[in-house]
Amino acid sequence: MIGTGAVGSLFAANLSLLDDAEVWAYDLMQEHVAAINRNGLRLSGAGDIVGRPRATSDAAELPPCDFGIVATKAMHTEPAIAATAHAFADGYVATVQNGLGNEETIAQHVERVIRGTTFPAGKLLEPGHAQWDVKGDTTFGPYDERTPLAEVERLADACTRAGLPAKAVEDARGPQWRKVIFNASTNPVGALTGLTHGRVVERPDLRALVTGLVDEGKAVAAAQRIELDADPEDLIDHAARKDVAYDHKASMLQDVEAQRATEVDYLNGGLVRFGDEHGIPTPLNAAIQALVKGVEASWTQS
Amino acid sequence: MTKVVVAGAGSIGSLLAAHLSRVADVTVLTRREEHAGALREQGLRVSGRSDFTAQVAATADPAELPLDVGLVILASKGTDLEPLAARLEGRLPGATVMTIQNGLGAEEVVAAHGAWPLLSAVTFMSGTRHGDAHVEYVLDTATWIGPYRGTTEEDARRVAELIETGGLKAEAFPDLRPAQWSKLIFNATVNGVAALTGLPHDFHFAQTEQLSDLGHLVRDLVDEGKAVAAAAGVELHDDPWEMNVLATQRGHRHFPSMLEDVGARRPTELESINGALVREADRLAVPVPLQTAVYRLVKAREASYSE
Repeated sequence: MIGTGAVGSLFAANLSLLDDAEVWAYDLMQEHVAAINRNGLRLSGAGDIVGRPRATSDAAELPPCDFGIVATKAMHTEPAIAATAHAFADGYVATVQNGLGNEETIAQHVERVIRGTTFPAGKLLEPGHAQWDVKGDTTFGPYDERTPLAEVERLADACTRAGLPAKAVEDARGPQWRKVIFNASTNPVGALTGLTHGRVVERPDLRALVTGLVDEGKAVAAAQRIELDADPEDLIDHAARKDVAYDHKASMLQDVEAQRATEVDYLNGGLVRFGDEHGIPTPLNAAIQALVKGVEASWTQS
Repeated sequence: MTKVVVAGAGSIGSLLAAHLSRVADVTVLTRREEHAGALREQGLRVSGRSDFTAQVAATADPAELPLDVGLVILASKGTDLEPLAARLEGRLPGATVMTIQNGLGAEEVVAAHGAWPLLSAVTFMSGTRHGDAHVEYVLDTATWIGPYRGTTEEDARRVAELIETGGLKAEAFPDLRPAQWSKLIFNATVNGVAALTGLPHDFHFAQTEQLSDLGHLVRDLVDEGKAVAAAAGVELHDDPWEMNVLATQRGHRHFPSMLEDVGARRPTELESINGALVREADRLAVPVPLQTAVYRLVKAREASYSE
């Protein structure tokens, strides 16, 4: 596991309980690493377990591995994979990160890459301890022809046996783009207005803005012949239900409130970049990206 | 001496009242009696580009205003204009009334409350209030004045001269709409982006090196505004993009009122600025998707105060 924030911890803890897997956790948070090595990696909530991955902040300690799973925030992909690539000289590296462009970045450092999208969610409570909020599926697929589907199936099977249902498909872009379009169309609107997901969706004027963002994302996906596995609009309305995620503050809103760098460059910025490459205009996504970048810039002002 | 009432003593109203008191008999009409009391007792201090303390009459009660007022300047925020005009209804029959609010529509709001001759004004000067009786004069740019109802360019010129003699900059125009629209587009864009990002109006707004730089968005928002002005038959006095670049080049980081309002979780002037622009666009069937997005986002930001 490369990166053991919330999602990385869910994978590392669950996979470490498999009899046939030896799991290493690479993370730069030294307190987290020390706690994992001392007391194990504890999950609470949707599942209560204590995993026993071997944790390190020193990439040189990593042995050659069959699989890597990158779970850092998107802006940390480059340094994380650059530091750890040596462990995957004969292996495969999957991403379960948010946004667009992670596979491309990973592929600059390792030969064989696996595209992935995951829906489980949680948060780090304290070093060595993560809250598991939501169970959810993961989809993996080969990034290019250098990764055979059989290897992707081996990884998906391990995750499934570990309690994280995963499937392997030839083209994993559908679920990835559905999630990216969902996140890009709702997270920054919450971040810019301060409203929870449900309150964004129940305002007809904002709901129309969300649809404008979704439509641009769909057009960029269509230009690449990506078939979304579901309509992001349905997910958006579903998540707005009181019994689902009405009161949920998007992670980007949480980032903004804590003045942490957001993933906007990999969500809206990713859609703009792929749109440019395929001649699809994305003015609303570009506007939203510029506004959120402006928010980030305002933190360094006196 | 001309008798002048300045109604509303925010930073613009305070700057006008203090400077005009040097050449006219000025009464300040405030919303709060406490504010009027502070002005009566301490005078109105100006620092920054001017440095003096003006003695002004002040009251919060419209019934106490002098009867023979020649000029009334309504300098409240756009959000406070309607109740202010209502308080003046039936009073000051001999006065010419001048609006100076941001955005569009202030003149119509006032016209509905009395038959006064009306002048329109937009101001580019700025100040910062440091309490009820102290205002700092920050940007010494001009106030532009034009006729609106029952007035002529000559009337506008007389008021501009009065303001100039008092020590501020002012200019009269035969038709204010070109200037008003330049400022409308500038304000809708800069104030909206500042309110959403938390950035004061600084170099970021003119930055266009990288694709995601804020300057691209600012220029696109300005272009939408220009298309609306063109459809409305208004030839802009200044290019709002150049106004933006010039303002950021001065090196001063201005905090637009909309940014300060959002920071303090107060209602903003969104409706009379961005709302007015978007509604005009709608009426003229000019697509303005980005201005619409900014308008909706700030509107929703105001709704989040109750979260």
